[in-house]
Amino acid sequence: MNDMTPVQKMTPKDWETDQEVRWCPGCGDYAILKAVQRTLPEIGARPENTVFISGIGCSSRFPYYVESYGFHTIHGRAPTVATGVKLANPDLDVWLVTGDGDGLSIGGNHLMHVLRRNLNTQILLFNNEIYGLTKGQYSPTSREGTRSPSTPYGSVDHPAKPAAFALGAGARFVARGFDVSKNLPDVLKAAYQHKGAAFVEIFQNCIVYNKDVFNDFAAPKGAEDRQLWLKDGEPMLFGSEKTGGVKGITLDREALCLKVVDVPGGNWQSANVIVHDVKNRSIAHMLVEMPFGAFPMALGVLYDDPTPSFEEAVIAQNELAASGKKPDLQKLLSTGQTWVVGPQTEAADAGSAGSGHEL
Amino acid sequence: MASVAELIAPSEDRSQTAPDSVVVRFAGDSGDGMQLTGGQFTLSTALTGNDLATFPDFPAEIRAPQGTLFGVSAFQINFGSSDITTAGDAPDVLVAMNPAALKTNVRDLKPGGLIIADAGEFSDRNLAKAKYESNPLEDDSLSDWRLLSFDISRLTMDSVKEFGLGNKEALRCKNMWTLGLALWMFDRDRQPIVDWLRVKFAKAPDLADANIAALNAGHAYGETAEIGGVGLAQLQVEPAQQAEGLYRTVTGADAIAYGLVTGAQLANLKMFYGGYPITPASAVLHSLSKLKEFGITTFQAEDEIAAIGSAIGASYAGQLGVTCSAGPGIALKGEAMGLAIMTELPLVIVNVQRGGPSTGLPTKTEQSDLYQAVYGRNGDAPMPVIAARSPADAFECAIEACRIATQYMTPVMLLSDGYIANAAEPWKVPDVADFEPFPVTFLDTAQEGGLLPYARDEKLARPWIKPGTPGLMHRIGGIEKALNTGHIEYSPANHQAMTDIRQNKVLGIADSIPEQDVSQGQAGGKLAVVGWGSTFGPIHQAVRRARNKGHDVSHIHIRHIWPLPRNLGELLKSYDRILVPEMNTGQLKTVLRDQYLVDARPLNKVSGQPFRIAEIEQAIEDILA
Repeated sequence: MNDMTPVQKMTPKDWETDQEVRWCPGCGDYAILKAVQRTLPEIGARPENTVFISGIGCSSRFPYYVESYGFHTIHGRAPTVATGVKLANPDLDVWLVTGDGDGLSIGGNHLMHVLRRNLNTQILLFNNEIYGLTKGQYSPTSREGTRSPSTPYGSVDHPAKPAAFALGAGARFVARGFDVSKNLPDVLKAAYQHKGAAFVEIFQNCIVYNKDVFNDFAAPKGAEDRQLWLKDGEPMLFGSEKTGGVKGITLDREALCLKVVDVPGGNWQSANVIVHDVKNRSIAHMLVEMPFGAFPMALGVLYDDPTPSFEEAVIAQNELAASGKKPDLQKLLSTGQTWVVGPQTEAADAGSAGSGHEL
Repeated sequence: MASVAELIAPSEDRSQTAPDSVVVRFAGDSGDGMQLTGGQFTLSTALTGNDLATFPDFPAEIRAPQGTLFGVSAFQINFGSSDITTAGDAPDVLVAMNPAALKTNVRDLKPGGLIIADAGEFSDRNLAKAKYESNPLEDDSLSDWRLLSFDISRLTMDSVKEFGLGNKEALRCKNMWTLGLALWMFDRDRQPIVDWLRVKFAKAPDLADANIAALNAGHAYGETAEIGGVGLAQLQVEPAQQAEGLYRTVTGADAIAYGLVTGAQLANLKMFYGGYPITPASAVLHSLSKLKEFGITTFQAEDEIAAIGSAIGASYAGQLGVTCSAGPGIALKGEAMGLAIMTELPLVIVNVQRGGPSTGLPTKTEQSDLYQAVYGRNGDAPMPVIAARSPADAFECAIEACRIATQYMTPVMLLSDGYIANAAEPWKVPDVADFEPFPVTFLDTAQEGGLLPYARDEKLARPWIKPGTPGLMHRIGGIEKALNTGHIEYSPANHQAMTDIRQNKVLGIADSIPEQDVSQGQAGGKLAVVGWGSTFGPIHQAVRRARNKGHDVSHIHIRHIWPLPRNLGELLKSYDRILVPEMNTGQLKTVLRDQYLVDARPLNKVSGQPFRIAEIEQAIEDILA
């Protein structure tokens, strides 16, 4: 984009601002920030061409800490601002940073529409299953029974599943990662490379209000058994010989659902383990429902099947509609049925100022 | 003002002078095409060189049950040779297409005025729907007025018989038959309507022919029918004296759209319009959607908040962001307006006001969003407000909104209303070259000593910096900004300083707007009638009449609601009394009292209808008595 800037290798440090990072010590957001700052130089992003746009919440402080353009907007509305930015200047790399409250509660409507329209942005939803900034109330992703200042007897409503929501809204890219995962930069890279709305749910540990809520799959101990890292073209395997055997995901063709099977000796072909195809939307719909029961958490790129983006379509239509038309303002104002009031008509017909009309 | 009814009374001499102006109201079922009839009559009238003003009044229901009182749709036009600024008070002529239309409108008709009624529609069933116990065309209940009733339905059917239309389709030509009669009555040219029908029904020439036949039949009926004692006579209303130049009719919605396009061009910017459908503001979105060649992107958002959010995003990225709505939508946009105020980005917000609160009266006019415009946000959130007085004036107001937004880096609210949006008036097409350009400059290199995104120019405006500009990366947002750097800053002294700057920046706009003038009369005197927005017309006429009677009264019309013109306080204090007519419960009145400690008295009307001239005239008489 900027050919006048000499190409030089940037480092994560170049993406840090002079602002003091002010999340709670130990917050998962630090790890996500580092992962983003590691990713940006690797994908060749340029600071002047990069815009981070956020809503309100702990996660939404993110733009202040990235040395790029940044817009910390209002609660839930970041997708709307991003839509205007991309339609006005589609060359900008726009990253949306939101949370489970910002993106799925107050801003759920906008998230749905930005996904179905397929605006070319990376949408990072930090899911900590709690309202952090407002001091610990339960959120739309909190599990049933979550005790919080606003639900002292436990929450009774069913949680939303961000990845399932995104896929249901029509997202063409759905991925998952978690704050301290070493794989997170790879997920972010894939999101960046996807042209269109790329939705990434990032599980984030709120150590103050919802500490270790993701330990059931994110804790280092037993991680292999509880995490299914998906790679396009590779079998869906998890677990290990050391921890109780390699397992795989297979499709029950009768019941049209997934099944966990043992894969003795790593022979996944004979166990009919599914080979991950990032373009398979049907399987993606099943993966986003995990984990439950014996099923692990599906992580990595669950679905990636690009289609033309919203801003491309808008700009193409604008150009087509404008082609061959001269933007003549004076002519525009003079459209419709007009008439002339002039001296010649007064002379011709005393008392009548009107004259003929033209279409 | 002479009335038509007087002129056509058989007992009077027909050779007397033509009336100054005539008010005609077309009323019918919302499915009868009354808005179309009125619109075409307007066009034909404008082409004759009359000055005119119109008032479309239609129900909120798309297709209200046929024949019912609440399904009546009406269109009023006032045209004539003098300076016409309102749609007129009482109609001289009422065209009533069914009993419901007669019932809901006849009380407004001038005593002695003319009723033209479609007798074919006065069936028992329709009379019952309109809650008439007996047929008013046959009893004596209409004796205050002159009545012409004939079976327009049958006459229309006869006139289109040869085209083989079904009953329903044939009856749909009724409005053209009526229009034909009206054109004859006022000696208007049929040709533009014929041309328009040919274009409208280009794909269905049969329908075009049928409608034209109905139009001609209505016209011929006026010329040849023997109507007996009532005396339907042709009238000529003298054309108005108008300045030389090219004219067209324009609605407020189109004028705003054109003004925004012109404003963006004068600022040398592309324009982004984020909108969400809402009555009566949607017409601006429709109008702009067709103008892509002017560098306009229109975006129908998922809701009102997304509409303004996207406009803010576009402004941030270097285009002129615009959004438009009516009261309920403006309420939803409130928080985002605060964001635009805090981040000091240009933005134009158009509010086409309608009756409120809540859903209120979606299709009726009111000017009750002035408080909302001036005060209606959380925090100290100053925002300039401009109000258009008429459809044509909305063009200049829209340009002015664009100028202030881009020169002062601020959101601006432009107030229109349902009346201005839908009404049409003749418009002398302006010469684009007459407008002073106000090109925008974007900051492209850091200031000496390092980048300061919240540095100030002499107007207190901050620089506009587009993302994509190398070396100027910075962060903005809704949290309080530090002076100059724009970093997050919560300190007491800084918030005080930034609040003061935001306030003084907006107040300073008064340096760039004209001093308040007196539209009629002079500074000083017994009474000033002070108005804003679409009450201009009735106030103007009422003051004119009062002055003609020798009263010491002047008319002041305020375009810049916030900040107010520098001299306004002094000007107001030069009168003994101040009267503020408003279609609300006294909102400008409160602002004037607050700003100047003057004894501004309210004259309020919130019926969903514009003021009548007589109402304001009476208030003037009362106050001066």
